[in-house]
Amino acid sequence: MSGIDLPAVAAVLAVVLCGALGLAGWRMLRGPTIADRFVAFDMLTAVAVAFSALTAVATGRSAFLDVALVLALVNFVATAAFAIFLERKGRG
Amino acid sequence: MTTLAGIALMTLGVGFLLVAAIGLVRLPDALQRMHSATKAGTLGTALVILGAMLLGEVARPSTGLLTILFLLVTLPFGAQLLGRAAYLSGTPLTGIGDDPLGPEMDTEAGADRPERTVTSSPPAGRTDTGR
Repeated sequence: MSGIDLPAVAAVLAVVLCGALGLAGWRMLRGPTIADRFVAFDMLTAVAVAFSALTAVATGRSAFLDVALVLALVNFVATAAFAIFLERKGRG
Repeated sequence: MTTLAGIALMTLGVGFLLVAAIGLVRLPDALQRMHSATKAGTLGTALVILGAMLLGEVARPSTGLLTILFLLVTLPFGAQLLGRAAYLSGTPLTGIGDDPLGPEMDTEAGADRPERTVTSSPPAGRTDTGR
């Protein structure tokens, strides 16, 4: 391990990632069309997956990697459902 | 050595996610924002998970590899669905002179789609933003 404080490194990276979270959240609140909000939601879930991987490093519990896997699975289903909804709404 | 490589990978991944979020804010229309969010976002997330796999001594590698594989398979697919839906729902596009799919779409699925506003140049005041 050579004396590197892994939880501290993960905490610093999580703080940097909060910037990405804030920017994507701003786009989700602001987004002029519904498609913008869905894209921002996609990005927010990607940031959440990265957050849970960082938490796995910070706490040393590998269960948080399972959380990341489940978030990635749910993200795909949510994106597909939103896309179908948007397509129907646009036509109807 | 493995620790340093893991930290470097995670830092790179967080940087890519930050760049993706900046692009999400600064790019002018929905499809360009999707371009930023899906490509850089996928790479950033995969790098962060790879770094976590290198760092975590207790982590099972199969979970991380499965997550990365799943991200690489499904995120482009979801982006394709979302882009198609955004196009069909008549999202305003900037930077394209005309609507090249317009005649085909009139006879296909998008026969009665709403009118799209296509502007050939970005709106005034946003001319030099991040493109």
